Amino acid sequence: MQWFNTSLTKLAEAPTERAINLAISLTARKLGKAYLTLDAGDMAAAQTARPGWQPQRWSVDQAARVAILLATVNGDVEAFRRRLTQLLRTADFGELVAFYQGLPLYPAPSDLRALAAEGVRTNMRAVFEAVAHANPYPSEQLPDGPWNQMVLKALFVGSTLAPIIGLEQRCNNDLALMLCDYAQERWAAGRAVSPELWRCVGPIITDRTLACLSRALKGDDPIEQEGAALALFSNGSETALALLAQATGSLRERAQNGELNWERLLPGGGE
Amino acid sequence: MNDNEQAAPLRFIDPHIHMFSRTTDDYIQMAAAGVVAVIEPAFWLGQPRTSVDTFIDYLSTVVGWERFRAAQFGIRHYCAIGLNSKEANNEALAEEVLDILPRYLSKEGVVAVGEIGYDDQTEAEDRAYRAQLELAKELDMLVMVHTPHRDKKRGTSRSMDVALEHGLDPSRVIIDHNNEETIDEVLDKGFWGAFTLYPHTKMGNERFVDIVKQYGSERIFCDSSADWGVSDPLAVPKTYHLMLERGIAPATAQTVCYDNALAAYGQSGQMQADHWEHPPAIDQRILYEGNSVLRGQEPTIPQGTEAVEELIIR
Repeated sequence: MQWFNTSLTKLAEAPTERAINLAISLTARKLGKAYLTLDAGDMAAAQTARPGWQPQRWSVDQAARVAILLATVNGDVEAFRRRLTQLLRTADFGELVAFYQGLPLYPAPSDLRALAAEGVRTNMRAVFEAVAHANPYPSEQLPDGPWNQMVLKALFVGSTLAPIIGLEQRCNNDLALMLCDYAQERWAAGRAVSPELWRCVGPIITDRTLACLSRALKGDDPIEQEGAALALFSNGSETALALLAQATGSLRERAQNGELNWERLLPGGGE
Repeated sequence: MNDNEQAAPLRFIDPHIHMFSRTTDDYIQMAAAGVVAVIEPAFWLGQPRTSVDTFIDYLSTVVGWERFRAAQFGIRHYCAIGLNSKEANNEALAEEVLDILPRYLSKEGVVAVGEIGYDDQTEAEDRAYRAQLELAKELDMLVMVHTPHRDKKRGTSRSMDVALEHGLDPSRVIIDHNNEETIDEVLDKGFWGAFTLYPHTKMGNERFVDIVKQYGSERIFCDSSADWGVSDPLAVPKTYHLMLERGIAPATAQTVCYDNALAAYGQSGQMQADHWEHPPAIDQRILYEGNSVLRGQEPTIPQGTEAVEELIIR
C-alpha cells in the first residue's frame, strides 16, 4: 500500500507520461494479483459512487491501475482521453483488461465510445469481456451498431450473454434479425445454438423471429428448447404465449414457475 | 524408460523462441511435447522496420496478443524486450526505439533486456548495446545477449567484456547461441551459457549432447530460437530425449532443458514454476479461461530408432 500511496503522491506532483506508464506497469509486481475482497458494504458503496459499477471480479492490480489513471484527471477530459488512448496503444494483456474494466469510471464517457468499440474488436476473450461483462458502459454509451456487434461477438467467441448489463433494455430489431440469421447458420452447419441467444430475440416478435423461435422450441436440443421457451414466456404477448402453448407441458411449466432463468441457462447445460 | 523418468512429469522451457512467427500448430505440438513456458525475445522481422511505430506495435504484440495466444494452449509466455543488433544500425530509428523501451521493460512477464548484442560489430551496434546495458543496470534487469553468427568467437568475447565493463553481474547475463568455441570463456567468466539448437547455422543437438557430457550441466541450457527460418519449435523436448538415448542421466537432461533456464530467468522475479503449476486465480480465469490446461497430461514420447532419428537436429 505504501508504494501505491507514494506513487499517487508523486504523480500528483509530477504527472509525466513516463512516470504514469512506469507506475501502471509496476502495479502487478508491487501489489500482487489477488481478487479484491469486497463485502456487502463495499458493494453498496460502489453502487452509490457509480450506479451499475460491479467491481466484484476486479483484482488488486487492476483496481490500482484504474486508480492511478483516474488520479491523473485534472479537469482536462481531452487530455485524459489522449492519455487513455496512448496507454491502450502500448498496453500489455493485463493492462488492457484493467483499462477496459475501468470504463464506467472515466470522465466524458461519450468521448470514449470509439475506444470501447475498439476493445470489443479484440480476439483476446478476457479483454472482450472486460468491456462486455459486468460493465454498465456499453448499454449506456454504445450506439446500436457496436452494441449489436458486441452481443453477436460474445456468442461467436464462446463467451456468455448473461453478464452483459442491459440486454433487455437494448434489444432492437436489427439485433434480433442478426441473431436469427446466426441461429440459421448454426443449424445449417449442424451446430447447437446457444440458449442465451433467444433472450435478445424474444422481445421482438415478427414472422421471422417467430419462425426461428418455433424451430428452437420444437427442435431436438433440450437446451435450445429451454431458451426459446423462456424467451417466449418473458415476452408475454398473446402471440408469444400462443407459440409457447405448443411446447410440451413440462417445458411450459418450468418457464412459468421460474425454474428456467437466464442466469442458469448456458450453452451445454452450463458447468 | 527407467523409474527416474516416470517419477516427475516431463516439463520443458524454451527460453528463446520467436512465437510471433510460429503458427498455432506449433503451440499445440509444443504443449503436447511437454513445453510449459517460453521466453520470446524481441528481434527483427526479416524485413527491416522503418519507423518507431512498427516497433511499438510489435512490442505490444509480444506483451499482449502473443502472451494470450500461448496461454490458449496451456503455455506460459514471457519475453525479453530490447532493440536487436541488426536494427541498431538504423541510427535515427535506433534512438527513437531506445526512447520508448522503458515503457515496456517493466511490464508483466518481461524477464530481461534482450536480445541485444552484436551482429556485424559496427559502432552503431556497439552504442545501442551499451545504452541498453545501462538501461538494464538502471532497472536492475537481466540481460539476454545474442552473439553474432559471423566472427562469433571474437564477438562473444567482446559482448562479455563490454557487459563487465558496464558493471553488470555475469550471473545476471545470459550469453546465447554458444558453440564449442565460445563456451569455455562464457563459463570461465561466470555467465550463463545458452545453446540454440537450430539446423545448419547454429548448434546441432548431437553436438550439444557432447558438450553436456564434457562440461556437465552447470549454467548450461538449450533453446530453439524457432523463427521464420528453417527451425524446430520442438528442439528442446527432442534434445531431452536424445540425451537420454545417448546415456545422459535424466536429471542432467532435465537441468539443461528446464531447471537452469528457470534459475537464470527466474532471477527477474517475473517467472516462477507456480505460474504454470498453480496459476493465481485471476490468471486462471483471464489467461486460461478457467480451463485447467495440460496439467498431469502425459507428453508424447518418441519410441524406436526411426523416432530417434527424428530427434536429431544438425
